[in-house]
Amino acid sequence: MIAGHAARIAGWMFAAPALLVLLVFFGLPVAAALALSLTDFDLYALADVRNLRPVGLDNYLELLRTPLFWKALGNTVYFVAAGVPLSIGLSLAAALLLHAKAARFRPLFRTALFAPVVTTVVAVAVIWRYLFHTSYGLVNWALGLVGISPVDWLGDPRWAMPTIILFAAWKNFGYNMVILLAGLQAIPEELYEAARIDGASRWRQFLHITLPQLGPVLLVVAVITVSGYFQLFAEPYVMTRGDPLQSTVSVLYFMYEEGFRWWNLGRASAVAFLLFLVILAATTLLLRLGRRRGLV
Amino acid sequence: MRAVSLLSMLLSTLPALLLAACSRGEGGVTAISFWAMGKEAEVVAELVRDFEREHPDIRVEVQAVPMTAAHEKLLTAYAAGALPDICQLGNTWIPEFAMLGALEPLQARVDASPVIDQGDYFAGIWDTNVVDGVLYGVPWYVDTRLLFYRKDILSAAGFERPPETWAEWEAAMAAIKRVVGPDRYAILLPVNEFEQQLSLALQQDDPLLRDGDRYGNFRSPGFRRALAFYARMFEQGWAPPVSETEISNVWDEFFRGYYAFYLSGPWNIREFRRRQPPGMEDAWGTMPLPGPDGPGAGIAGGASLVLFRSSPRKDAAWKLVEYLSRPGVQERFHALIGNLPPRRSTWERPGLRDDTLAKAFRSQLERVRPVPKVMEWERIAQEMRLATERVVRGGVPQEQALAGLDAKVDAVLAKRRWVLEREGRE
Repeated sequence: MIAGHAARIAGWMFAAPALLVLLVFFGLPVAAALALSLTDFDLYALADVRNLRPVGLDNYLELLRTPLFWKALGNTVYFVAAGVPLSIGLSLAAALLLHAKAARFRPLFRTALFAPVVTTVVAVAVIWRYLFHTSYGLVNWALGLVGISPVDWLGDPRWAMPTIILFAAWKNFGYNMVILLAGLQAIPEELYEAARIDGASRWRQFLHITLPQLGPVLLVVAVITVSGYFQLFAEPYVMTRGDPLQSTVSVLYFMYEEGFRWWNLGRASAVAFLLFLVILAATTLLLRLGRRRGLV
Repeated sequence: MRAVSLLSMLLSTLPALLLAACSRGEGGVTAISFWAMGKEAEVVAELVRDFEREHPDIRVEVQAVPMTAAHEKLLTAYAAGALPDICQLGNTWIPEFAMLGALEPLQARVDASPVIDQGDYFAGIWDTNVVDGVLYGVPWYVDTRLLFYRKDILSAAGFERPPETWAEWEAAMAAIKRVVGPDRYAILLPVNEFEQQLSLALQQDDPLLRDGDRYGNFRSPGFRRALAFYARMFEQGWAPPVSETEISNVWDEFFRGYYAFYLSGPWNIREFRRRQPPGMEDAWGTMPLPGPDGPGAGIAGGASLVLFRSSPRKDAAWKLVEYLSRPGVQERFHALIGNLPPRRSTWERPGLRDDTLAKAFRSQLERVRPVPKVMEWERIAQEMRLATERVVRGGVPQEQALAGLDAKVDAVLAKRRWVLEREGRE
């Protein structure tokens, strides 16, 4: 009993440095942001503390009445709903190709496909802006060859978000590809052998062996990707600044503008907490679904 | 863009750091810190060297702050009590820092100064430094938006001299459009910028905000006229509804004849000159902005030199302000970087007097007007841009866009109204 007690104290002692760091650099800022989100802290308050008003939940209620917040949320949901399946699909396809027995120069391709993940988003975004340029871009030039008239990719409110989705999927698929590749390599070869003996086609093997075996990995990948994609910021920040017609304003971009451009830190903190709730809800939903299917 | 400015910041702070390292240990020398931004920071070091030669007892540590991070850096420095002694401040930011109580009032110093003569400055520019009757800055360089235009295209359309009124301007644009055909345009007004609409709006008699800058005034007859004129340029196909990022290179397109008028600022004199193809030297020029009836007003933009209230070295810093305000030094500054000087006497000097492209700016500077001096201005300008973009790109009726804009601006100013009321009570 006493020994157990001592062990427990020792355990806490070992964990203490990490806990302390967590408390100071994560717990306190989060608590401060929560407090901030209940005030109307802005430049006036910075000038004179008497201009600070505690507003309770007003920031949150006000946000729910702000059309741009809903627009930003809609844009973000659009980005997640289209971007996550696309990104994971690309990752899976690339992983399957790399895993195929016929694949040659595997390390080379693995590195090449992973390269976009480690490049800086700003540098790549500049190149993509050239690729998707209306009059001189490679993409419109290629489309012109097959008789499609030029599309104003980043300037047309209908096309700007799809372009950003494409960019993000291309930029990020390599990361999930590596995880999925590891998952593929863990599937026992005997399963495929048995299926082949039973006369199962390639497609059936994929459907009934690969996918179920990858299930847990896919779930993890989906949760990470969903929570990452909800935090869309760098792509619109670099490529469009939220334009055209605010069609690429994401929730995080909205928060950035409120907080660091207009210095409404109270409102910006409220946006952060709302986004946190949204991400929490989405990932919880995913995990629930996964649990029901016995993936966790 | 960000990476580049970061790099240039690092490179340009290097000399300052070395300087700071050298200055240590010397007795009797006052070291003042000077924050400069963007390109100005790169060239000001050269001017500062001569200042130091004149004042061996003062050492200036120039710190370059990238333009994109300047606002944030200044605010955090204010909150942390780490502001420099002297700073270059865009004149639309002055009301904000004045409200924060960060700026030192300067009228007494100006009155006592043998160098700075208020009457020599363009009135509209000087005015941008006065908030609630208190002077907070001395103009350093000015910036107003006017038209760069293709003389050859204008004359091909049958106009031998640049238009001066809106009516003449419209006739010229219609004629140019007829001449250049469907794939080219008369004018470029990038929809991601607000300066174009703002220039037209400042030419009107109605103020942009009303009741002591407490509410938006965008449904005034004046702003309606400005918006209608702006929108017509797009409806008629005289201007393409594109943002600047969609034009890969505004200078090349100008010389290629994609548009004949381009509403822009003085920094582009240099850019256009540098990029003009051989033989095009006489084919283009600058002209003052046409107004509703005769040469019109423009934006009183630019940057000022300010002292911070927190500085214990204001006297030394003020000497630098005076030095940089000398017409001779301003002329050198112009030669180094192309920024336009705010003093009429500087414009009399050979470097500027004979510059034909600068002439139009000189004439318009007599007519520039400041924007409303409220802390929220930048946000209001942004909302104005969004409302006008909705009209030209989103097909929203003008009336509806303006009602929405006024409502939005009233909401942005809500805290200002509350603070004014609170201060009024006390």
